[in-house]
Amino acid sequence: MNLEMQALRPEFAAKSEEASATKIAVRHLDFFYGKFQGLKDVNLDIAERRVTAFIGPSGCGKSTLLRTLNRMYSLYPGQRAVGEINFNGRNTLEAHVDLNMLRAKIGMVFQKPTPFPMSIHDNISFGVSLYESLSAREMEDRVEWALTKAAMWDEAKDKLKQSGMALSGGQQQRLCIARAVAVKPEVLLLDEPTSALDPISTAKIEELISELKADYTIAIVTHNMQQAARVSDYTAYMYLGELIEFGATDDLFLKPKRKETEDYITGRFG
Amino acid sequence: MASGNQNLYRRRVWLNRWNLAMSLLTMAFGMVFLIWILITLFARGFEALSPMLFTQMTPPPGSEGGLSNAIFGSLLMVVVSTLISTPIGILAGIYLAEYGKNGIVASLTRFINDILLSAPSIVIGLFIYTVIVAQVGHFSGWAGSFALALLAIPVVVRTTENMLRLVPNSLREAAIALGSPMWKVILMVTLKAVRAGVITGVLLAVARVSGETAPLLFTALNNQFWSTDMNAPMANLPVVIFQFAASPFVEWQHLAWAGALLITLAVLALNIMARVLFRQAAPK
Repeated sequence: MNLEMQALRPEFAAKSEEASATKIAVRHLDFFYGKFQGLKDVNLDIAERRVTAFIGPSGCGKSTLLRTLNRMYSLYPGQRAVGEINFNGRNTLEAHVDLNMLRAKIGMVFQKPTPFPMSIHDNISFGVSLYESLSAREMEDRVEWALTKAAMWDEAKDKLKQSGMALSGGQQQRLCIARAVAVKPEVLLLDEPTSALDPISTAKIEELISELKADYTIAIVTHNMQQAARVSDYTAYMYLGELIEFGATDDLFLKPKRKETEDYITGRFG
Repeated sequence: MASGNQNLYRRRVWLNRWNLAMSLLTMAFGMVFLIWILITLFARGFEALSPMLFTQMTPPPGSEGGLSNAIFGSLLMVVVSTLISTPIGILAGIYLAEYGKNGIVASLTRFINDILLSAPSIVIGLFIYTVIVAQVGHFSGWAGSFALALLAIPVVVRTTENMLRLVPNSLREAAIALGSPMWKVILMVTLKAVRAGVITGVLLAVARVSGETAPLLFTALNNQFWSTDMNAPMANLPVVIFQFAASPFVEWQHLAWAGALLITLAVLALNIMARVLFRQAAPK
């Protein structure tokens, strides 16, 4: 797919020793907030069952890029994306794409924990019951499975009936991850998932990300370069709406090809 | 320099005392009348309070009686108007907050709703008189309920919209990110998050309409007899109070005081309920 593209600009083709299939292919993506262009001709491949991190200074477009992947921007009139995002053989930017279906397959976890005003159990069953009709027994199993996946089961098993709002910030965020995992998506988008959390909760969630990538394709936006280095297989450095450099995380951090990238990761800028 | 600062400081202290004194005075001025009204109402009302109020119907002039038909009529019309206004008000509030937002239709609706919110209730009464009572040819409980509903709807619309706007967008996005259609997001997440606030709005609307006289005067009118027929004129507390209080008969005047006390206590109870609920609704 898109061989010419990679031939033309080899630095944008993801390289990896253990080659992995492309899950999402972004091609010539431009994004507009009204007249302001937030993304400029972005091209990259998000590899299946790998963690891809987006880094860059505030306003560089990394969150915008993430929000185009599940079409979150479509909620807001005036925001539009031009180009191609190929996912499961379809361009998801096309007008007639079923957005609810797309979002069920591409889950998202936000910066601030957003538990729904309902019990822990219902927080998880809400998303599941949208697309599957499970018996009460099966739903219990699914809730346990999702909470286990999110390393929350031991803490939550005795208070499934309690409100999700009563949990601590770190627990709330893991509940949100459990909620996203419960619907069995193919891709998980994490938008600065640990920026509102303390170091211990952050460590737990980073551990979780490493475990989840066995089953899911993960894209994470982070302000924290150490975090990107720790959890991701591939890293994209963005600046002012452009993708400056994209490659295997080790390569990008140890021997960046572009001067801008080096300046940013060494802290001379940003 | 130092003495200048001293003077400035002293002036500020005095100015502060003066302003505090003036605002206390104006508050006292307002409170005096409010408490005066309440004391008079409670004194006269308790005097006239008796179990007969709930068992006997409004009497002919010069004889003893109660308010049972008026209490029942008021309750029935307020309940019916609440059943009409709550769904309409909540749905319209949802439209304004979740769908219309700042579009032309929503802005226009909001503007008209604000006008309705402050419309004199007698205008609402005359409107229902013209479109229902005059067409059907007689006063009725239905007409009264519709008039009260028209007064309640704007209150419910406004509180529902305001409450929904307090829901952080991140909660909406989180539900949508799971692949939930908009109507389920609203029904199961955002509306649920502000449930207590919306119920508070409904209670406040009920409190507002239960004391209204003017719209009922032109619509339900009054009925001396026990009547459960919504198609016939229906007795109700505000109009009974209005008629009895202005009458020369002592028994009627007593009943008017008792009725006024009953309404005040009911509205007080509704307001306390609304406050308790709202405190629970406050964001944690």
